[in-house]
Order: sequence, then structure tokens, then C-alpha cells
Amino acid sequence: MQLNSEEIRKRAIAESEAAADSRALYEVKMKYLGRAGEVTALLKGMKQVPAEERPAFGKQVNDLRVELEAAFEAQEEKVRAKELEQKLASERVDVTMPGRKGRHGTLHPVTRVRNRLIDIFMGMGFEIYEGPEIESDYYNFTALNTPADHPARDMQDTFYLTDEFLLRTQTSAGQIRLMEKKQPPIKMLSPGRVFRSDDDATHSPMFHQMEGLVVDEHITLCDLQGMLDEFARTMFSETSKTRLRPSYFPFTEPSVEVDVSCAACGGKGCPLCKGTGWIEVLGAGMVNRRVLENCGIDPDRYTGFAFGMGIERIAMLKYGINNIKLLTENDVRFLEQFKD
Amino acid sequence: MLVPLSWLKDYVDIDVSAEELQEKLFSCGFEVEELTYLGKDVTGVVVGLITETKKHPNADKLTVCTVDCGKYGVKQICTAATNVFAGAKVPCALDGATVLHEGGIQKIKKGKLRGEDSEGMMCSGEELGINDDFYPGAEVNGILILDGSEPVGEDIRGVVGLDDYLFDIAVTANRPDCQSVYGMAREVAAVLRKPIKAPATDYKTAHTDVKIPVTVEEPALCPRYLGHYVADVKIGMSPAWMRRRLALCGIRSISDIVDITNFVLLEMGQPMHAFDKNYLAGGKIVVRRAKDGEKIVTLDEKQFTLTHDNLLICDGEKGVALAGIMGGLNSEIKPDTRAVFFEAAKFARDSVRKTSRALGQRSDSSSRFEKGVDAYTSEIAMDRALHLVQQLGCGAVTDYRADCNAADLAPKKIETTFAKIDALLGVEVPEEEACAILRRLNFGVEAKDGALTATVPPYREDVDGYPDLAEEIIRMYGYDHIRPTFLQRATVTHGGLTTAQKQELKCKETLKEEGYMEAVNYSFGSPKDFDLLRLPEDAPERRAIRILNPIGEDLSVMRTTLVPSMLGNVVRNVRRGNESGRLFELANVYLAEELPLKQLPEERRHLVIALWGEGDFFDLKGAVEALERAFDFMVKFVRGERNWLHPGITAEVKMGEKTVGVLGELHPSVAKELALEKRVCVAELDYAAISKKFAKEIRYHNLPKFPDVQRDLAFVADEEVTCAQAEEAILRACKAVRSAELFDVYRSAQIGEGKKSMAFRLTFSPEEKAEKGISPEAADTFFHKIVGALQAKLGAELR
Repeated sequence: MQLNSEEIRKRAIAESEAAADSRALYEVKMKYLGRAGEVTALLKGMKQVPAEERPAFGKQVNDLRVELEAAFEAQEEKVRAKELEQKLASERVDVTMPGRKGRHGTLHPVTRVRNRLIDIFMGMGFEIYEGPEIESDYYNFTALNTPADHPARDMQDTFYLTDEFLLRTQTSAGQIRLMEKKQPPIKMLSPGRVFRSDDDATHSPMFHQMEGLVVDEHITLCDLQGMLDEFARTMFSETSKTRLRPSYFPFTEPSVEVDVSCAACGGKGCPLCKGTGWIEVLGAGMVNRRVLENCGIDPDRYTGFAFGMGIERIAMLKYGINNIKLLTENDVRFLEQFKD
Repeated sequence: MLVPLSWLKDYVDIDVSAEELQEKLFSCGFEVEELTYLGKDVTGVVVGLITETKKHPNADKLTVCTVDCGKYGVKQICTAATNVFAGAKVPCALDGATVLHEGGIQKIKKGKLRGEDSEGMMCSGEELGINDDFYPGAEVNGILILDGSEPVGEDIRGVVGLDDYLFDIAVTANRPDCQSVYGMAREVAAVLRKPIKAPATDYKTAHTDVKIPVTVEEPALCPRYLGHYVADVKIGMSPAWMRRRLALCGIRSISDIVDITNFVLLEMGQPMHAFDKNYLAGGKIVVRRAKDGEKIVTLDEKQFTLTHDNLLICDGEKGVALAGIMGGLNSEIKPDTRAVFFEAAKFARDSVRKTSRALGQRSDSSSRFEKGVDAYTSEIAMDRALHLVQQLGCGAVTDYRADCNAADLAPKKIETTFAKIDALLGVEVPEEEACAILRRLNFGVEAKDGALTATVPPYREDVDGYPDLAEEIIRMYGYDHIRPTFLQRATVTHGGLTTAQKQELKCKETLKEEGYMEAVNYSFGSPKDFDLLRLPEDAPERRAIRILNPIGEDLSVMRTTLVPSMLGNVVRNVRRGNESGRLFELANVYLAEELPLKQLPEERRHLVIALWGEGDFFDLKGAVEALERAFDFMVKFVRGERNWLHPGITAEVKMGEKTVGVLGELHPSVAKELALEKRVCVAELDYAAISKKFAKEIRYHNLPKFPDVQRDLAFVADEEVTCAQAEEAILRACKAVRSAELFDVYRSAQIGEGKKSMAFRLTFSPEEKAEKGISPEAADTFFHKIVGALQAKLGAELR
């Protein structure tokens, strides 16, 4: 049997080099080396070769196979590289096009400040207590040393639901509910919605307060200021200070108004603090003995302090929001600014 | 409250500037809301003497005056005023001066008037901002003619009383005793460490046989009533000094007797009233509750119909004054009044407040009584008024006085120790310093061996315990003595959030991650909101709690659903051009057991979620499913119906049999009513109900030893067959199926009209304790079991 291996080799290599892609190359490979391929057929036809020629014939066919395999492989590498190049070229993008936007939600600035306040005071051992938003006259006023004829009731314009029930005007109501349930030591923070019938450029009929209460033995006014200093430093700036000045709330005695040094100007005076260097931030004082008595706590043994602040006010100071109405309009362009 | 500096100086030798005084008052608890220099708008105006007047050569209506302005020289000034004459002293605005003109400030420049030099301007009272009460003659038509005693060249402000400061002081509710000039003077004296000069209260009396008996039927509402009879009254004008002071505090002069009552109100804080004695029928006074329907016409000629709740001052027959608020027209002081009965009383503050509110009638008197007037001051004030009657010579003070007193006038004593005071403050105030402060505040002080007995001044009804003393001491000692400490001796406590509070935060965070922004809305809304949602008349949401005194009808009912305010947010956003958005609110609704409220209502947390513009029902449903994943609970969505939602795109959210929410696309008609063109989807969930099912603690489940096996199953079913039905059939058919997730729905002509193809991905999990995995053969068996079940239950055919 005559074998023109040279002719087969040339033809096969030429065909493989002509294959444009890996699929065509595969077909060439199958044509020669596949199960029904030309070279495979030669091997299968060995039986017809006379016995004495078989070794030489076999070697010749085998050499051809090895040679073709190597040639195909080399060619395959070339084709693959070419294909990859084409693919990469086709995948080319305009890198200056805008990125895809994911949706991001936000928490309301009031929630953000509320969470921050809770963080600050929780670390000092405060528990968080939320009282009802609809309150009885007793918890909102009477138990807080503000009986019906008390002029301090005029300080707050109250929404009434009946003679007895009202929308709480202050989170201080939560003080009483907690102290009725619990004896000192008490460290409580009571955040929530409060309501006053005030609706103008700087007042909202609903806003949020955060009430703080500490009752224990040996609590002093100095402790109140120490704690508020800590709050101011964490909330506003490392260098923030507080200033106490006399004020009046029926449920504290002495009562103080607490100013925080203006973070915008560092206390030098600017439009934000109206040139005073101080910003009024909260009301506080030593818990009135009558309030403790009303809750069954011995005022001769225990003293305490309470403080209350408007969360909106803190948020407005902290974020530079200039209009309280923005906080209940829920304009997404406003809300989306409060992302993490 | 308005307090002129010049008036304060009657009682205290003030040797600090007005600004320094403002600071001092601030530090001891009195915020000066506004400090005004009265002459701030009038500058460069001096006293001028007109030495010569002549006709203007070119203008008939102008006069050319030569005005001697002393050290400022002699000026020629043209004027159109006709009341000028040689020898008159007038206010003369020099070149560069400022005066008031038509509500603004006008700058005066020299110039020519019709060819004649005019080197300034002579001023009217109006141009100086003063009226007759400030300076007699100020309201004359023309130039203000001064009284002639003033030196030429003198700054006019000192001459007409504009060189003065007005303090507008905020007085806290516990200090009604400071609602007066003298009351403030006491504080000023204490803070400046100066003695206080009390106003004169002495007078001589003439005997009278006239008696005007006073009966107080309601001592609880009128703890003290003083009356004093003044005879031989001649009504006239009060003197300039008194009129000026009234004017500074915003009260117009009426007549001397009436002015005295107002002056004492301002000076002592005691509202007073003067009756024309001859109009008191029966010559007596009875303080009683009004009869229901009884009428009175007050001084301002308004008629009021009264009730039993209103306290009325009556004569022998009828009401003559609305107690503490305003006198009656029937007994008012008139020019021909000859005999006066003065009243100085203490009326209970809530009685005055309630009557004042109920009738809508307020006055300087009522506002002081509402804050509190003390029974001690009533007497001092009466004496002061009688002194002024004598000083002004407008009547003869008789020796008849009625005094009905039910108030306890015995001085209050507080016994305590300095140690207790220091313990509250946290600082040690030197005992001597503490005593000195209390004495300056007119407390009687006895200190011995650390013990302190303080006698409270009779006008300080607010002081009744040692913490009050502590406050008095520290506000004068100075809050800058407080040294911040950090709970040096307090017990360590365990704080933190409750599980429910943590879950709320996590809920908000989860929705935030889903792209929703948190909204905060008012807790009240409009009753019309229920109509917008087309809720039936008997819908539970309509049983909302009403606010008795709302700001307006649209903020008058407590929310029973959070949907309307959320829709309001969407409307506002779209109107402002925010084409798409996602919002949520977690807040209370208020559910009344019965109306009107007999007990506190239930405050129930609801969660409302909405999206508009971009996204649809399934995006919103994805948010609810995100919560399911976050808190590991399950709800079911079944087809539902709400009048305000799209009838085909509404799901009821169920937990077991209980509906815990609704989710859907806003009904096109409701959207149209709100002018919303974008698609809006809303869900409202009963957060309180679903949060009960929140997984509280994480429990670990052992991992299976063998992996899951997945198979995809596509079948053709009738259009009516729902995903939930198919899912349920699959899960029930074979317990090895852990999940069946729909991933494709396909409709085509080939499949047939009214049919659809649904494709589910099935996940088979081996049991935890299984000894071998799920073989392909076992999976095939499960698969065929499921196909069989789908065929039997839903008539579905394998594709």
C-alpha cells in the first residue's frame, strides 16, 4: 500500500491554516484525525498492509498523526488569540458614559438625630422609653407640677381631645409613667412626637422632643452640666461648651435654659447665633420635689435632673436646615440629602 | 413686658449702661428680648430759638426764620408751618440730621427753597416720633413749640424724653411679681447690689359717713377685695410725667383717675379699677358668679352674655365689672364723675383666664391676673393709688375702706440647711454669700450652725421649698460657678434599646436599603381624607378622634390610616417636578375604643410604603418581601379589593386568616382626583401585627449533608390559575420540595387562548438526617408526582 503522507500533511496543514475560526479548524481536525478522519482511516486500514510493511507504514502514519496534532494545536492557539482579540475589540465601551445609578434610600433627619442622641446616652446607661402620644391631662400637666390653674399651661398651646385627654405637649409626660413603674436609679431617654397648636414660619404643630431623666442619690446640678457638655461635644463639636442660665419649668427647680457654644463660629459671634456666640438648645433643671413625690419617690433621699430638647432644632442646627417646614414636606430632593 | 430705664431709676440708683443692665438681667433669669434706645432715629436735632421771621420773597406760603442754635450757630430755615413766631423755641434739625417721616427715617440736608437758603428743618412732634402724652403740644398742627425753658443748642432727645431706653423683658411664668416696673426694680436692685427705694404710699384721709359695703360670695375666686372711697373728685388731665410713662408702656392717657389705675397697674403690677360711686346702685359691691344668661356691657361697649363660670362684680342690682378683665360701661369714670370707689383685688388666675378665653375679651388687667397677682400687693397698690390721688389733687381720700380678705398673709418660712442647698447645686456657696443674696432679694434670713431659716417676701408666692432657695442663690451667685461633673456618685445602670425599638430601626434600615426614603407626616389630617379614599360610611377608619381646637379643618382628626398623608407627599413631590420616588413612614394611628374618648386610645404602629413614577406593584411587593427576609416571617398575598385601589392590582396582605395590610396600585379615578398622571403604588401594613411574628432570636439549622437538587418545570395552565395556587400545589405534592420559584410566565397563540405557560424552579432538599443524597431517579419521581398533582388539581399539562 502506497502512502503519500507528504501530500496528506501538506493538504491538512494548508486547510488548517485556511480555517477562519475555531469551528472551521475543528472541522479540519475531525476531517483528518476524527473517528472517520483520513488519518484515522489509514490506521484502521493497517490490516490490509502486508505484514512486513506494517511497522514502517505504522510509523509513517503515526508520525503524520503526531505532526498534524502539533500543527493543529499551534493553529488553534493562533485562532483563539485572534478570536479573543476580536471579542475584546467588540466589547469595547465608552468609558466616559455615566455609571448606572442604584437606588439609595435615606432615613429622615429627625430619625438620624434621634438615633445619634440615643447612641450618645445609651452609652451612659440610659434606657429608652416611649410613652403615649395621646396623654391624659394628669400625666402631661398635673403630675408635672402644673395644675389646672397654673399659668405655665399658657406657655404651651395644647390640643385637646376631650376635657381629660390631649395630645402631649412634651415628652416629659414619659418621666412620670416611668417613675411610677420604677424606683431609682433611673436613667431614661424618652423620644417622640409632641404637639402644640402653633403654626407659623418657625413653629410646627407637631415636632419631636427627646426627654432625659436621671434620678439617683447625690445627683447635682453640676452633674447635669457635665452630662450636657458630653452631649454637646458628641453632637456638635469636640470644642463645644454649654452655658446654663436661669429659666422656669414647673417640673424642675432650679430650672435652666441651656445654650451651646455656636459651632458655626466657635463662639465668636455670627449670624447663626445672632452675634452672641451661643445657641439656645434645650431646657433642663433639677427634678422638682413635687414631681418625685407624685411618683412615689422619696425626694429627701433622691435628687435628679431632667432635660428636654427639640430634635428638629438639633437637626436644623446640625445640618444647617433653615426652615422647619421642610421636615414635614417630605420632598425627595430634601430627603435624599441625608444619606450615609 | 415694657420697662423704661428712666422709670426704673426712680427706685434704684442704676450706675451701669443699659447694655450692661441687659447682661445682668439675662444672667439672673430675665431675658431682655429687645432693648430700644428711644432716640435712635432722631439725631442731630437741637433746641433752636427763632429770633426773626419774615415772608419768603418768592413763595406766599413759606416763612423764612432765623434760628439761633447756640453752639451750632445761627441758621436760616424756611418753613411752610404757620405756627412759628419770633421768640419760640423749636426742635431744629441741623444739616445731616435724621428725623422720622411717614414711617421711615428721613435725612435732612441744607439746600435752597425757592431761592432762599434753608440750612435745616424745624420739626413737628410727629417727626420726632412723639405725641401729646410724651410732650404736651406734640400733636399740634405745625412745628412743635417747646415750653421755653430749654437751653438753645441742647440735644432735643433729652428735652422731649427720647434720651431713654425701653426694655422689653420676658418674664417667666413663676415670676408674676416681676410683671411691673417696681417688681423689676427689685430684681435690678438685687443684681446691682443697690438699695431699693419704694414708691410713696402715704396719704391723708378725711372722715366720711359714706359706707360702701363689699360682700365676696366666692372667696376662692376672689381671695382679696379692697375698696376705697374717694370723694370730691374733679376729673382732669394727669400731669405730663404720668402721661409720658403710660405712653412709653403703650397706654393712652384718658383722665387723671383712670390714668392712676393704669399707672399703678404698670408700676406695681396690680390691676385696679375705679367705679363712679354714684352709679353703684344700692351703694354696695357684691362679688359673685354671674347668673346664666346675665349680660354686661364693658367699657369698650361690647356686650357679653355670661354664665355661672364667670365672676362678676355687682352693685346692689346688676353687674358693674367683669372681674379682673374690664369694668362695666354703666359705672365708668366720666368727666362729671364726683365720687370714686377704687378696687384693688386678687382674682384667681384660672377663673380670669377661663372667662377671658370663653368671652374672647383680653386686657392688660386680665393678662396680669392670669399670671397671678398676690394679695399683699393689692394693699400696697391701693395705698399707692390713693397717694397719687392726693399728689395729683384730683380728689379727697376718705377714711372708708372695705377689705375682704380670705388670703393667708402670714409670711412663709422655709427651714433648711446650707448643706442641702449645696448638695442640690453640687457646689459650695459660701454661707455668707448665700445669706447676702437672699437678703438682697428681700428674704428674712436667720442662719445658725449650718441651718437656714428664710422668710419669704410676701410677693413671692412661687417660693415654697429649699430648691427654690437654691435657685435664688445660684442665679445671683452665677451659673458660671457650676463645675461640670459626670455623675460622680451615681449607680451604674444598664441601658439600651428594647427589642421592639431595635426592630423598628432595622425595619427602617431595610426599607432604606430597598431605596425608600423615610417620611415624617403630621399625626392629624382632614376628615375629607376618608372621602378621597372613598371609604364606606361605616368604615372603621372614619371613627377618628377629633381635636377640639384644631389649627384648621384639614388638621382636625387623628390619623387612622397613614395612606392619605402619604398620597399628599406624592402629590407634593410630583407637583414639584419629582417625577419618581419611593417613600415610607412608620408611625402611629390612633384607634378609639369609643368616641368621645373615655380612656386612652390604642396607638398602633402602621407602616406605609409608596412608590411613583418608576416601578410597579411588584417593585413595591419586593419591599414587603425584603422585610419578610429581614425579619424571617411570612405573609400571604391574596387578591383583594379597596375602593381606592385598582380593582385588578390589589392584594390583601395576610398572616394566617388575619388581614395585616393592603398593597396595590392607586385607582385611576383617585389618581385623577389628585391630578396624578404617574402610576402610584401604595402599601399600608399593620406593623404592630406583623412585628409580633418577627423572629426574635437567630436559631441555627444544621446544614444537610447532601446538596440540593434543582429541576425546572414548565406547564400550561388556564389563565385563572395563580402563581400562589401552583406554588401551593407543588409544595403539597412533595415534601422534599423546599422551594418552588416562578421564573417565567409565557403566553402565545401556540399555547392557546386563555392559557399560559408557567415555569418554576424546583429545589429538592434531602432531609437533615438523610443518609444519602437525592438521586436523579428520586428527583424524577418527585418531578412526576408534582406534574401529576398539578394536572389533577389545576388541570395543568406539562409542556
